[in-house]
Amino acid sequence: MAKITYIEHNGTEHTIEVKPGLSVMEGAVKNNVPGIDADCGGACACATCHVYVDDAWQAKTGEKTAMEESMLDFAEGVEPNSRLSCQIKVTDALDGLIVRLPESQH
Amino acid sequence: MSEALSHVVIVGAGHAGGSAAAFLRQYGFEGPITLIGEEPIPPYQRPPLSKAWLKGEADADALALKPESFYAENGVDLRLNSRVDRIDPAAKTVHLTDGNSVSYDFLILATGARARTLNAPGADLYGVMALPTAADAEMLKAALGPGKSLAVIGGGYIGLEAAASARALGAEAVVIEVQPRVLARVACETLSTFFQDYHRARGVRFELNVGVNGFEGADGRVTGVKLSDGRTLACDAALVGIGALPNEELAKAAGLTCADGVVVDLSSRTSDPSIFAIGDVSRRPAPLYERDVRLESVANALEQAKQVASVIAGRPVAPPEVTWNWSDQYDLKLQIAGLAVDADEILVRGDPASAKFAVFHLKDGQVRAVEAVNAAPEFMAGRQLIASRRTVARDKLADTTVSMKEVAA
Ligand SMILES: Cc1cc2nc3c(=O)[nH]c(=O)nc-3n(C[C@H](O)[C@H](O)[C@H](O)COP(=O)(O)OP(=O)(O)OC[C@H]3O[C@@H](n4cnc5c(N)ncnc54)[C@H](O)[C@@H]3O)c2cc1C
Ligand code: FES
Repeated sequence: MAKITYIEHNGTEHTIEVKPGLSVMEGAVKNNVPGIDADCGGACACATCHVYVDDAWQAKTGEKTAMEESMLDFAEGVEPNSRLSCQIKVTDALDGLIVRLPESQH
Repeated sequence: MSEALSHVVIVGAGHAGGSAAAFLRQYGFEGPITLIGEEPIPPYQRPPLSKAWLKGEADADALALKPESFYAENGVDLRLNSRVDRIDPAAKTVHLTDGNSVSYDFLILATGARARTLNAPGADLYGVMALPTAADAEMLKAALGPGKSLAVIGGGYIGLEAAASARALGAEAVVIEVQPRVLARVACETLSTFFQDYHRARGVRFELNVGVNGFEGADGRVTGVKLSDGRTLACDAALVGIGALPNEELAKAAGLTCADGVVVDLSSRTSDPSIFAIGDVSRRPAPLYERDVRLESVANALEQAKQVASVIAGRPVAPPEVTWNWSDQYDLKLQIAGLAVDADEILVRGDPASAKFAVFHLKDGQVRAVEAVNAAPEFMAGRQLIASRRTVARDKLADTTVSMKEVAA
């Protein structure tokens, strides 16, 4: 299990044990964390699962694919630490991960 | 607000119905919600049924729209294995087949669509199936694997996805289409040709310009598809993907206006002010295209679920979105935005041979729709262009050295 902290835009924190193999997006959706819409269910087709990865964790969450990169390019409020959370696979190495959620996914 | 404690009843616990319940709570609605569905499992997502799930890359848990605990925790009375067979709009009550009835202040119809069936001899053999539910998909998955062969009847997106998934599982696949090309109803020729070639190169066979007369079987199981030209193609399973029909009978019987779908306005309200219809079952206005359409897509189901939840929770309804959809086949991601209707010009950006290109449908120089293959910038910028109705510079749009950011700027 990996402990992941999701911080909503209003500051509300949700710390959740997520099963390795799931995506960071699924960890939120399956535990009723609001703020990640995930309209396409993880197909990297909608960009409504946008999160900001805490600086200390950026290297551990892996590289963005070209597809993810270009989806993010057109999403709102994108920062250098933006990721599509459906594209981050949870592993034991992500135990302690902190992600922040944007104000809106649309 | 007087509506705060209204009782909301949702008929159909699918993608639209389940989402409507969730959005109602997210928007602060505190009244009772009853979500009635005939399937045995809580609301789930269908798109993976022909994609990741069929290939074994996603489990049943991943299909679920919400965790099972969501409904009880949020005061949603989820009634599974329950079918509504009549609405009494005067008494504001729905009647269930088990004899129970539930009264409502607001009723949301989210009954979806069902697969059109093939009226042909042998269509009732085991192994002849459609793909609308998880139960059907389970049957299909069990029939695929090395040495098996799948016949797909109807070359639409779901059929092509199933063929690609069958190949990934090591099974043979043949697609039978009565039109001269696959995707004939939904895509332009460039895209049809591209997909046909891509599938052929991966071992899928195509039988075009030919109909299906029936099925052959042994011991109650399908063994072949009989074509209209007299040939029979052997198969272990046959997937019929020839379109869907809205589950609008309840609405019709209740006197609601229907026209291949329950007719609704821009807040998803039907001709009865207390009744809404959302998702595949509804026929809704598409203001950008000045027509009413019945859409079968997750984006549409979610948009309409938000509309009805907004109305009931007393929030302003968001302006209509540019509709979109996607399809996964092999390593291809197709993303579609808008509706490819009334176009007077088709412009291809990029080279189909590179499996990275986009087809833009223009009308009077404005983008009406885009079909993007492995081309996310074209899809994302295309959505913005469709919404803005700006006249685009054709030469820039056709030139891949000009970025989509610049084209849309
Ligand atoms: C294999 C497949 C692949 C797809 N792929 C994509 C894709 O890639 N992208 C995309 O955007 N869309 C895709 N779709 C379409 C998308 O899944 C639908 O648009 C979406 O599910 C519509 O939601 P809905 O709630 O209107 O209908 P459904 O999700 O079908 O839900 C309707 C529910 O109502 C129930 N019901 C009907 N009548 C009654 C009654 N009288 N009483 C009680 N319950 C009733 C039904 O049993 C069903 O559970 C796909 C669909 C399929 C089948
Ligand atoms: S869920 Fe759609 S892109 Fe991540």
